Parts: sequence; structure tokens; C-alpha cells
Amino acid sequence: MAEAVQTTAPSSREMLGYYLNKSYQDAAEGKARGELVCWASSIAPCEFCETMGVHMLYPENHAAAIAAKHGAEEMIQHAEHMGYSVDNCSYARINMAYVDRKHCIAEDMPLPDFVLVCNNICETLIKWYENLAYQLQIPIILIDVPYNYEPEPSEWAIDYIAAQFEHAITQMEEITGKKFDYDRYHEVMQIAAESSYWWTKAMGMASAEPSPLNGFDIFNYMALIVCMRGKTGCRDTFKKLAEELEEKIEKGEAAFKEGEKYRIMWDGIACWPYLSHNYKAMRALGMNMTGSTYPRGWKLDYDKDDIRSMARAYTSVGNNLSLEGQIEMKAEVVRTYNCQGVTYHLNRSCKCMDFLFHEMQTEVARRTGTPYITFDGDQSDPRNFSKAQFETRVQGLAEMMEQRRHQG
Amino acid sequence: MSSIQTILAQMAEAVSNPASTVSNYRERTGKGAVGCIAPYTPEELVHAAGMLPVGLWGGQVELNKVRATLPPFACSIMQSVKELELNGAYDGLTAVLCPSACDTLKAIGQKWTRKDVPMIPFVHPHNRQLPAARVFLAKEYLSVKKRLEQAAGTAISDEAIQASIAVYNEHRAAMRAFADAAGAHPGQISPKARHLVFKSAFFMRKEEHTALVRELNSLLNALPEESWKGPRVILSGILAEPDCVLDTFADLGIAIAADDLAQESRQSRVDVPDGGDPLERLAAQWQAMYGCSLAYEHQKSRVPMLAEMCQRYHADGVVVAMMKFCDPEEFDYPMIKQAMEAAGIPLLQIEIDQQAQSVEQLRTRLQSFAEILQAR
Repeated sequence: MAEAVQTTAPSSREMLGYYLNKSYQDAAEGKARGELVCWASSIAPCEFCETMGVHMLYPENHAAAIAAKHGAEEMIQHAEHMGYSVDNCSYARINMAYVDRKHCIAEDMPLPDFVLVCNNICETLIKWYENLAYQLQIPIILIDVPYNYEPEPSEWAIDYIAAQFEHAITQMEEITGKKFDYDRYHEVMQIAAESSYWWTKAMGMASAEPSPLNGFDIFNYMALIVCMRGKTGCRDTFKKLAEELEEKIEKGEAAFKEGEKYRIMWDGIACWPYLSHNYKAMRALGMNMTGSTYPRGWKLDYDKDDIRSMARAYTSVGNNLSLEGQIEMKAEVVRTYNCQGVTYHLNRSCKCMDFLFHEMQTEVARRTGTPYITFDGDQSDPRNFSKAQFETRVQGLAEMMEQRRHQG
Repeated sequence: MSSIQTILAQMAEAVSNPASTVSNYRERTGKGAVGCIAPYTPEELVHAAGMLPVGLWGGQVELNKVRATLPPFACSIMQSVKELELNGAYDGLTAVLCPSACDTLKAIGQKWTRKDVPMIPFVHPHNRQLPAARVFLAKEYLSVKKRLEQAAGTAISDEAIQASIAVYNEHRAAMRAFADAAGAHPGQISPKARHLVFKSAFFMRKEEHTALVRELNSLLNALPEESWKGPRVILSGILAEPDCVLDTFADLGIAIAADDLAQESRQSRVDVPDGGDPLERLAAQWQAMYGCSLAYEHQKSRVPMLAEMCQRYHADGVVVAMMKFCDPEEFDYPMIKQAMEAAGIPLLQIEIDQQAQSVEQLRTRLQSFAEILQAR
């Protein structure tokens, strides 16, 4: 932050804004100078591009930003006109419309020279990125992590993923026309590991009672761990955030000045077009989101000298776990963050999360003894959400939590 | 020699009551049946164990129990597979194989509840061109084989798999020949009958099915060349059920010149290649697959393939039978639309819901499409 002239050190929130803007700006300026730009899925291994100095941008984050600025609907309609179904992931629809329009209400992204995708979030990403590569006639680097239908990934799946990392390095050399720099690669892996460490540590502080972290801030800070995990700015921001939260914990300062009445876990992606509504509706009930699966989403611990360990880290991500793995992960969030209830976002865009909800909800509730509600929504299509339904459901959750409290 | 109608009747019998097909097979051979959830499973392994591979592609069933466990925006195949499972319709099976080709299938493999019918999930790799993908898939198939052996209580030898591969490759060749013969004789083979020939393959041992199909092919090929007055189309998608959909094609005089349906010609598109280890051979077949929304291909060979099929089979247009809520197919559609528009090939998208009761909307849309094709 050399160019930011300030008398006091910037807060983590200022750093968040600064670095996010910078990532878009650097990519746009780099593209103008003829440097390479890659679009990537949010938990794809950024290490390869970062090593080779390729600018990375994240369509999922971009689509969320467009939705949060209330620009999703026109993009979505454009995509539907292109032939995309109303039932497809709304992030994908927004992004494919952006490819066609090249302009949006949020920061514009330069079009990519190649794309990088990892299906550790969902299979839909594969089709989305296949379409990007086809439509733009550009190379695609695919890291295919086979779904873990058993509690642990198989050794042959790890072999297959590791082989793809090696192939990705070869592809990177072909695309950039440069030899892969293994020294830099190790540095980047170190930075990414530190970013993940500080992200997990800072987010973990929501386990304090009262929580110093307003849970919806997780949705905001998340943009940085998505977009800049391999950069020092990301690491430094989360280190700063951890320090700030530590200080608040020491002082006994709560995120909600009026006190947090209920601590809940939010399962699923945010409803970006209604973020502020959701936040206010919950805060009015004294409900803070202390638990979410996001802290663990980028907890990518691996041994830098062991490619198989890296493969294991990238395949052991939330949605790629077996049902039992996901249930236990969520029950653990409820326990760690001392949540008294759970809201499940039945996200119309996200089949891979939704289709396991029934079993997940029943079992997490049984294991943790917490009530839950489900509401209908969408990560970015504003047409699939009802304010009234959301308010009624969270009110119902508050009542159930209150009842349990009295029952002791 | 049988007539076309008697062959079709034999096929219809196998399809009409899957439960008795399975119990008859058990009585006849002492061996069980294994459910193979759509779209692709290594059926050869089941066949090599002497069992009957039965295709699980959903069907028309009233959706009740599934409502509690699956949101309404899952495709109708998986809605009905789940409903049938919860109703106990699969309880007589020795095991069920489930691929993980899309987000819905991944969930179906995890949501299985029947304790007495082992669920055997497995994954097809997407990075198909890498040698590592073949090694991975061969090991997945090895794991499937071991679990099948356990469920069936019998060993599956390499020799038996090699023999089953030969049976399946012969079947694929017969089905490709049938698709050509049916396309050339739409007056003899209605769209629904054509579908029946493909569908019955999921309810019979393949050697028996091959024998019937070969006979049918000879009968068709012996007939004089037909001149079809109505429009001819290429049908692309996952499947074209329920039967009232294809009946509407017939009512309007639209012939199926050829298909690119997962349930039909995609099953026989690519042979299992020659080679050494049988599991590696089966894995190599997945590497060679093309033109399917579920087999990753950033070149999307399906798009030019559909245009080429129009030429080869003298089709006037393409009908995409869109399985509602099928992400892989829905993502391919805009690319198909773009390419067909550029090539000047008429294209119609129709919605497929296995539980559909009424075809009136479909009829209207197909009728105007048929008129457009006729006017050209």
C-alpha cells in the first residue's frame, strides 16, 4: 500500500477495499500492456497463475458484485435471450451475459486469455468454463477432482489430481511461453498458505462470546480470499483483521452493540441482491451469524514439497465431500461457533448443495440438538427470493431457539 | 422368420414389466440383476458376472415420497428414480451402480436408503484426454468390480469381462445399424417403436437383444427404399419420454432421421477399443466418447456433429429434447442454438418432463416447426 498516504495504519476493511479494487485495476492495466489474464473458479489452485505473473479474476466474485449492486436482472435476461435456461446457475448466466456485453454495473473485467477451473465446488462449473473456452476460443486448464463419495479420497483419485497439476504446469508454460519458475512457485505456495492461515484464524474468532465479528462481514471479506489468496495483500489484510478482532475480544466488544441474542449458522451462499435486507431482518431479532462453512472453504493446508498433499487439500473442500463428511463438517461448525440454530439457504442456483439438504438438515439437527429453517432464495437472481418468506422463517427460528433456551 | 411386429412385441414385453423381467431372469439363470443408473455405467462388469444389467432411467410414476427429500428442480429422471427407490421398486436388485456425472447424480448416490441393495457409486473423470484419467477410471472400475463381486458373491474373471466386452461391441454395431435402418424406413418403424428398440436393450441380456436387432435390421434392409413425405429431424438430448412425446411426432408425420440421445445412440456411439487389460479397455472407451454433454470437451464436438448429422441423414432440422433441470444439456443449448442459426439449420427446443400428462403445448410447437420445415 505504498501509494496510500495515511497518518494511521489502514484498517482491515480499508485494506479489503483497496486490494479488491487493485486486483481489478491491475488486471485491466496489465491486459492493456499485453499481459495475460486468467478467469478462475473460486477454489481453483491459484498457485500456478500467480507463479507465472498472470492476472487472475474470478467470475463468481464478479457476478456476486453485480448482484449486490442490483445489476443482476438485466444480465440474467440477456443470458436467457442467448439461450441459457432460467434454471441454470445465476452466476454463470451473469458471467456468460458479461462475455457477450463486456460491460456491467460493477467493475468491468478484461476478457480472459485462458481459463482455469476446478470442480471441487460443483460440476456445473465444468459446463460453465467449457462454454467460456468454446465461446472465446481460448485454452482451458481443468483440474478435475473426482467427487468423494466415500469419507476419504481414494489414493487413485489423488494420483489423478496430482498428474493434472503437473499437466497444468506444462499448459502454463505453453500459454505463457516461459519456463515454470519453481522458486517463485514455492514462495507463492507459502503466501497462499499464510493467507489461508490468517483467513481461518480471523474467521475463527467468531467463536468468541459475544462474537466480535458481524457474521455478514464474512461475505464481504470472502472476496479477498477468493481473489487474492496468492498475494501478500490478502495475507496482510486477514492478519490485520485477526489483530482487530483479538483486540475486540480482549475488550469484550461485541459486533452487535445491543448484544447478540442468538448465534446462528448460515448454510449456503449469500443472497447477494438482498444482503442488506437479510442482515437487517436477522439483526432486528438479535441474530448474529457466527457460523458458516466459509472459514473452512479456503483452509487449504498442504505440504509445499508434496504434490499429493496439495491434491488432497483441493479435493477435500466442502461440497466435494461425501454426505457424511458434509454433515460432520456442519455439525462441527455449529459446535465450534456455539450456534443455537441453522438457516439453510435453498439456493435455486446451487443444485449440489440443495439436493443433500434433506438428509443434512435432519442429521445436523439430531447431532447438535439445534433447530433449523429453510428459505427459498438465489445467490444472484433477485426473482427467486421473497422478503416476507425470509422474515417469517427467521422469526420462526428465533421462536424455536427461544423455546429451547427456556427448556434448558 | 419373425415379422417386425413380433420382434417389437418381444421387446415391449421386456420393457413393460421390469420386475417380472428381473424375476424371470433369476428363475431362468439363478443370477440376479443390477440396476445401472443413467447415463453411463460399466455394464460389461455386470454382464461378466452372469447377471442382468437393468437400466434405471426413471419412468412415469406419481411423485409423492420424493417430494420430502428432493426439491422440485431436480430433473424428472432422478425424481422418479428416487421415488421408485423409496417405493421399494428396486428391492429385488442385487446392487445399483450410480455414476457421478452431474451434481444431481452425485446426490442420488449419497441419498440411497435401501439397506439391502448396495449402492455402488463411481466417478467418470472429466480430464479425459490425459493418460492419468484412464488409470484413474480403470481403478474406479476395479473398485466397482470388487463391490459387485461382494454383492453377487461371485468372482468376475478378466476372461469373462473380455468376453462381455465383445458381446457389447457387437451389440453397439447392431444398434448403429438399426439406427440407420430405422432412419431409412420411418414408415415401418414409428418414432415410438424406434425408441422401444433402444430402450429394450436396458432390460435384456445384450446377446439376446443383439439377435433380435439383427433380425429386425435384416427385415428392414430387405424392404424397398422408402420415400418419406414429411419432415425428417435429428433428435438430441437425454431422452424423449414419455411415449406421448414421440407419438406426437408420429401424429404430425415427423420422422426421426437419427438421434443423439443419451438413452439411445450415445449408448452405442463408441466401441470399447482393443487392448490388454479389460478394465483399461473400458476406461479407454470413456476417453474416446464424444458429442455428449456429460463428457467434458471444450471443443464441443456435439455442435458440429449435429450439423453433420443433418447432412448425413438428410434431416431438415434439429429438435433438442431438453430434459428440464439438466444442467449439462442446458449449458450446451446456447452453443447449439448459435451454431444452428449460423448454419441456417432450423432448430426447436422442446421440454422433457417424464411425468408430463399433456402434450398440447408440444403439439402446437411441433406443428409449427413441421410447417416451417415443410415450407423450405
